[in-house]
Amino acid sequence: MTTLSRSDVANLARLARIEMTDSELDHLATEMDVILNAVARVQEVATPDIKPTSHPVPISNVTRPDVVVPSLTPEQALSGAPAKEDGRFRVPQILGEE
Amino acid sequence: MITRAAHEMSAAMAAGEITSEKLTQDHFDRIAEVDADVHAFLYLDHEGALAQARAVDKARASGEKVGPLAGVPLALKDVMVQKGIPTTAGSKILEGWRPPYDATLVTKLKDSGVVILGKTNMDEFAMGSSTENSAYGPTHNPWDLSRIPGGSGGGSSASLAAFEAPLAIGTDTGGSIRQPAAVTGTVGVKPTYGGVSRYGLIAFSSSLDQAGPCARTVLDAALLHEVIAGHDPKDATSINAPVPQVVHAARNGNVKGVKIGVVKELNGDGYQAGVRSRFEESLELLAKAGAEIVEVSCPNFEYALASYYLIAPSECSSNLARFDAMRYGMRVGDEDGVSAELVMNLTREVGFGREVKRRIILGTYALSSGYYDAYYGSAQKVRTLITQDFAKAFSSADVLVSPTCPTTAFKIGDKVDDPLAMYLNDIATIPVNMAGIGGMSLPCGLAPEDGLPVGFQIMAPAMQDQRLYSVGAALEAELLTKWGAPLLSQIPALGGAK
Repeated sequence: MTTLSRSDVANLARLARIEMTDSELDHLATEMDVILNAVARVQEVATPDIKPTSHPVPISNVTRPDVVVPSLTPEQALSGAPAKEDGRFRVPQILGEE
Repeated sequence: MITRAAHEMSAAMAAGEITSEKLTQDHFDRIAEVDADVHAFLYLDHEGALAQARAVDKARASGEKVGPLAGVPLALKDVMVQKGIPTTAGSKILEGWRPPYDATLVTKLKDSGVVILGKTNMDEFAMGSSTENSAYGPTHNPWDLSRIPGGSGGGSSASLAAFEAPLAIGTDTGGSIRQPAAVTGTVGVKPTYGGVSRYGLIAFSSSLDQAGPCARTVLDAALLHEVIAGHDPKDATSINAPVPQVVHAARNGNVKGVKIGVVKELNGDGYQAGVRSRFEESLELLAKAGAEIVEVSCPNFEYALASYYLIAPSECSSNLARFDAMRYGMRVGDEDGVSAELVMNLTREVGFGREVKRRIILGTYALSSGYYDAYYGSAQKVRTLITQDFAKAFSSADVLVSPTCPTTAFKIGDKVDDPLAMYLNDIATIPVNMAGIGGMSLPCGLAPEDGLPVGFQIMAPAMQDQRLYSVGAALEAELLTKWGAPLLSQIPALGGAK
């Protein structure tokens, strides 16, 4: 029986970069318990001898010829930017003050 | 004309009975008449659609050879990017975004002369089975406006049933083409994984997502399938092999000597009585038409739903990391001195809806250190078992069949507060995605107890999509003979005269 606390969910929300209120965290903690207990059934049949499948088509290392092909112009690439400056994306502060 | 099949519209245009411009305008008129009630569309591109229609008319008039769907209108699920056209995937976080490029599928549609009317409503980022998770409000089922049109592609399926478009594009990660088709009495096909390019499909769960055709007839779906399918170097998972001959199969529906496997586990308890009776009736028709009906068992399918609800959220928690408020889409809280991390957190709080957050958190948990093996790892092993079940079943049957969904369309609001009950809708469609094979849903009648459409699901091995169409067309022909008219002729009138 999996039980997630409010602080467990808060940690997951922090990892997932989603701000959440305490009431959202509490609600989600309850829902997660229900869902996790339902999906944990996979463990009943997932024995060590079974190879995992990550993808339905067995393909690897798909490459293309190393030649330059047309791509988006800088204007097109910036066309949806929430903020831009001098032909570049303008983003909030990434590094701290210290 | 708008109630006819796409191939009939095409024939009428070829015979000079109607222009694409007129046909397109007729569909916009219909949308203006009924979409306030149905809410299938999030955006209409009058100008672009009519320009494309006129270009096709001009080409046809000058004697140019045009494709089989040239000039036919289509509704595009809002998860496919179209250059310059607002694309939201049903999410606030992308509100107002106009993509700077076309999805490969969109390029193919444009090149073949298909007229894209606009973008259809969907559950946010394709996560849902009812279209109630759209940030822009639910779509209503044209059979009964108080009911859901399925999901995630409820806008696409509703647009077909409401005669707002004869063709639509859907995407299917766990049933999002087939389940909406089932509950609206339309046809939907999830091609083999890799059969249609995912370039420009806003990713939810990359190892499961697959775009495919939605239509009102099996042949129309096949015609659309051939337009959008094929290898694409821009999608590394695209299959580099010839497209299955689906149109040929749809024109030559035949089940004589075909072994049809009924999946024991996808029937019985939990399936509505009317769903079961219509399904059984279709089996009898197929047997009468010469098919050999056998029972097959896929014992691990009972774990498919649990496995799916670990794999899909895990992949989505990674895929949706791209919505970071930096390069496109919504940005919230960007004030002097505020960190990028806080801006991301605030944007994602406001931009994502409840179900999307729920799945991101679930996926983050399933992939986190210490839990990975027990959850995501185990789910991947179940995926192996499901694929093995299919392989074994296909050794004794050419195609497999089941009801598409356990029930007919439920009422809007009935399941929004119960995620597990909502997830159960996909119990019969999910195994197909897990194994990457093809699946079709076609209408097989109305459930006697509620008068709502029931879907019949056909499943075929990978890259054998033509079998879906061959069997589907045969069943469709048998049912048409029995009914005397297409199922959609029984749909209640919307907004006035049809």
